[in-house]
Order: sequence, then C-alpha cells, then structure tokens
Amino acid sequence: MNLTLKVWRQRHANDTGTIETYEAKSIPEEASFLEMLDIVNEQIVESGDEPIHFDHDCREGICGSCSLTINGVPHSREKGITTCQVHMRKFSDGDTIWIEPFRGKAFPVVRDLVVDRSAFDRIVAAGGYISVRTGSAEDANSLPVSKDHADASFDAAACIGCGACVAACKNASAMLFVGAKAAHLNLLPQGQPEKDKRVLAMVRKMDEEGFGNCTNQYECEAVCPKEISADVIAKLNRDYAVAATKEAFT
Amino acid sequence: MNALTKAISQFWQSSIGKKLVVAITGAILVGFLIAHVGGNMLIFAGREAMNDYAYFLHHFLHGAGIWIFRAILLGAFVLHIAATIALTKQNRAAKAESYEHEATNIASKSSRIMIWSGLTVLAFVVFHIFHFTVRVDPELAGMKEPSGRHDVWGMVIVGFQKPLVVLFYFVGISLLCSHLSHGIASIFQTLGWRSRSSSDAINKLGLAISIVLWLGFLSIPLAASVAGFGTDQLEATVTDVAETAPEKH
Ligand code: HEM
Ligand code: SF4
Ligand code: FES
Repeated sequence: MNLTLKVWRQRHANDTGTIETYEAKSIPEEASFLEMLDIVNEQIVESGDEPIHFDHDCREGICGSCSLTINGVPHSREKGITTCQVHMRKFSDGDTIWIEPFRGKAFPVVRDLVVDRSAFDRIVAAGGYISVRTGSAEDANSLPVSKDHADASFDAAACIGCGACVAACKNASAMLFVGAKAAHLNLLPQGQPEKDKRVLAMVRKMDEEGFGNCTNQYECEAVCPKEISADVIAKLNRDYAVAATKEAFT
Repeated sequence: MNALTKAISQFWQSSIGKKLVVAITGAILVGFLIAHVGGNMLIFAGREAMNDYAYFLHHFLHGAGIWIFRAILLGAFVLHIAATIALTKQNRAAKAESYEHEATNIASKSSRIMIWSGLTVLAFVVFHIFHFTVRVDPELAGMKEPSGRHDVWGMVIVGFQKPLVVLFYFVGISLLCSHLSHGIASIFQTLGWRSRSSSDAINKLGLAISIVLWLGFLSIPLAASVAGFGTDQLEATVTDVAETAPEKH
C-alpha cells in the first residue's frame, strides 16, 4: 500500500520543529507501524537525509518505550494496544497519517518523535516504592489480601509508564499514571504504613513537574494501552483528601 | 507559619486540593439551584403563595437567615471561580504545545467549554441579581401588593415582558445546564465516589438534574413572555414608581 505521512521533525530540543511530508511506497500490509517507519527510514537514509527518530524497544507491548501520536490519538485509535502493536492492515491504501510526538510541557521533545519522559521516573522516586526490605517470598497465607484488593492492585500494576495518558489529556495531566502507581501499592497491606506520605509526595512531585490538572474527561482511559481505569484517579483524589487532612491536624 | 496554615496553603497550591475546592463549592451551588428552582415553581401557584414564600425567606431568623445563606453562597461562588481560573491557566500552560492534527476520543462538548460556560454564568448571575434582588429598575422595585408587601410575583411577570431579557435568561440558563451536564458527574469523581460500575448511573443523574433545572428555570420566563402567564392579573399590583427608597422586605 502507498501512504502519505505527515511527520513532526525537530532537530533538537530548542529547534522550533515542523511537519514534513513523506511518501511511503509499497508498504506490506503485514508490516507493523514501526516496521513501516523502518522502511521509510531506509529510504530517507539512502537519499542521504537524517532518519526519523522515534522510541522503541520490546516491540511487543510490554516495555512502554514506544510512543507516537497517530492521527491525533496516542498509540492510535486501536483500543488497548501500544504503537508497536499497531499493524498496517488497519490502514487503507492512499491514507494520510499524521505522526506526532507525545505532547505535554513536562514531556519536552528531545528530537523528532522522541520525548523525555523522565518526569515519570522522578514521580515514582518521590514515593512509588516500599522502603522496608521484604526478604524472600512469604508463605502465601500469612498475609491475607482480599480478592477485590488483589485484583484492583494487579490491574493498577499493569501500567507500563508509557505516558499516553498525558499525551491524550487536554491538560497534559498525569493523574492516570500517578493514580495507577499509587493505587498499586496503596491497595496492598505492605503499602499501608507509607500510604499518606506516598500520596502527598507523589502528587506534589507531579505538580512540580508541570503536569496539568484532571478535568474528568477520561481521554486518558480511552487511550491507555493497559486499559487502566479512571477509578485509580478517584482513589488518588480520595487518598489525597485524607492524607492532606491528617497532615493538617498532626 | 503554623502547621495548619501551611497545610491549607499547600492544599490550595496542589492540583487535587483546588479540584476538591471546585467540587465542594460546585456541590453547594448545585444544592442551592435545586432549592431555588423548587421555590420558583410557586410562581405557578399564584401571587399569594410566591409572595408568602419570599416574605418567609426575608424574615426567618429575624431576617438574619437570608444573609447567612447569601454569605455561604457568595463564599462558594468566589472560591469556585478563583480555583477554576487558576486551574484553567495551569492546564493551558501544561499543554502549551499541542497537536497539528487534533483528535478527541470521548470528552463531551460541554466538558470542553467549562470555563466559557462558567464565565457566561457569572455574567448572567450578576445581571440576575441586579434585575430581581437589587432591583435597579424602579418599575420592578416599586411593585407592591395591596397589603403593602413587595410583589415578587408581579415583578417576575413584568420583568419577563422584555424579549431581550428573556433571551439572556435563555442563553444563561442553557449554558448553566451545559456546565452542570459535565459538572455534577464530575463532583463524584473529584471526591472519589465514582467507579467504573457506578459511572453510568452517575452520568445519568447529572444529566437528569441538568435537564430538570433547565426546564424548571426556563418555564418561568417562557410562560410569562410567550404564553402570557399572569399578565391578566397584574392590575392588582400597586405600582409606586415615585417611591425613592423602595421597601424591599
Ligand atoms: C451557579 C453557578 C455554578 C455552578 C452550580 C457550578 C458548578 C460546577 C460543578 C459542579 C463543577 C464540577 C466540579 C468538579 O470538577 O468536580 C464545576 C466545574 C467548573 N466550573 Fe463551575 N459552577 C458555577 C459557576 C462557575 C463560574 C462562574 C465559573 C467561571 C469561572 C465556573 C467555572 C468552572 C470550571 C472551569 C470548571 C471545571 C473545573 C475543572 O474541571 O477542573 N463555574 N462547576
Ligand atoms: S496509565 Fe496507561 S497510558 Fe498512562 S502511563 Fe500507564 S500504561 Fe501508559
Ligand atoms: S516498544 Fe515496548 S511497548 Fe512498544
């Protein structure tokens, strides 16, 4: 199939950047989206130009490296998958495809489609951990966890930190990511002693990094490749209200 | 700074703190609107019922009651506006660079114009207060029942005889209800009371309240202007335009 690509090109962080047009010719239907870009890049390199830079690693939807906003939607319109899992058979011959970096002030563009998502690491470093040494695995029944909590925690833990939630949000809010990382630990008995401290520290770091505020529009939930539910945002709001109130009176 | 004031300032500075302020003040304002539309329906019960109700509102707790309510409402309104303007500014800054090719997945139109529907409501509320509470129009201010009490019922009917006024009420109330079609369901999420299983019911509740408020509030200007409701009974009102300091209670 033949396609027209509208790709964001930006030489370095301080470059203004612009959309460039490329003709992608004879792309096999069975190619993945990233393989399509590889093919286009080979042609660009052959003609002596700089290839389109983009992030990727596992190419099987588990690492969270790939990004790309495809036709205005992070990870494309396909539900519950990452960009590396998108296949060209989902497009039609003659289509024009817009490919842009994940947008948000806290995700500055490094080059072309590559953005710096290290703000997420700093939020996790602020409280997304448990400090005690856990030693080797305990006997299964010595620390009971209810089925509901185990399931909800496991669902939250599925977040791969890709940043699509921020990229989809009109306010570049990181609430789905932070909600997932906080809920994952706050739902388990091991997470209880540091729960309040964790919530306050992670939310404060999130604000400091320049992410926006949630306006309850759920664009994040719609694009999340791991289908994390906005329930984790409601929980983060609740846990924050409790933690801030306790902090005020102690 | 002691620990409590530090905590309050940190709360206000945080994204979630301001959001909680928006949700709680929004809930107070929605509660007021529900009571307000209910009371307003007495217009259709006639002059006596409406004016008794207005008299009661101005005299319970020896006249202090209405001022307590006004103070709470004004406080909620000011906090709501201060927080939402600050949030909107931060949100614009956080997404300063956006897409050349934009797409929206599920966000409703109403949810995307909250600041504009809100600011129109602000303009409308200011107008509404000058219209029926302060009564800058001497014709409306001077309307009396034969007993000498202020004729609220007659004032509303006369007040809605101007087509431009009715049009502004229509736009103001419609945008208010657009605001609430996103806002009411939002309260539950911001306060942490919404989940995937309850979201459907919460969305329906928000929409239902918005529609009831829209129908209720607009029924009055439309009845008085288009249907001519009450216009045949206005002569019972004693209008004293010459009175300089109108007795408002
Ligand atoms: C009678 C008047 C009003 C009522 C009943 C009302 C009600 C609400 C409610 C219930 C919410 C949702 C709270 C939440 O997100 O949890 C909301 C949000 C909002 N309101 Fe109002 N509001 C009123 C007036 C205004 C005014 C005058 C403004 C103008 C600045 C305004 C601007 C906003 C904005 C921008 C939001 C969205 C905030 C966000 O999602 O982060 N509102 N309002
Ligand atoms: S919540 Fe979903 S969209 Fe956001 S970082 Fe995690 S996996 Fe990606
Ligand atoms: S490259 Fe690892 S998730 Fe896409």
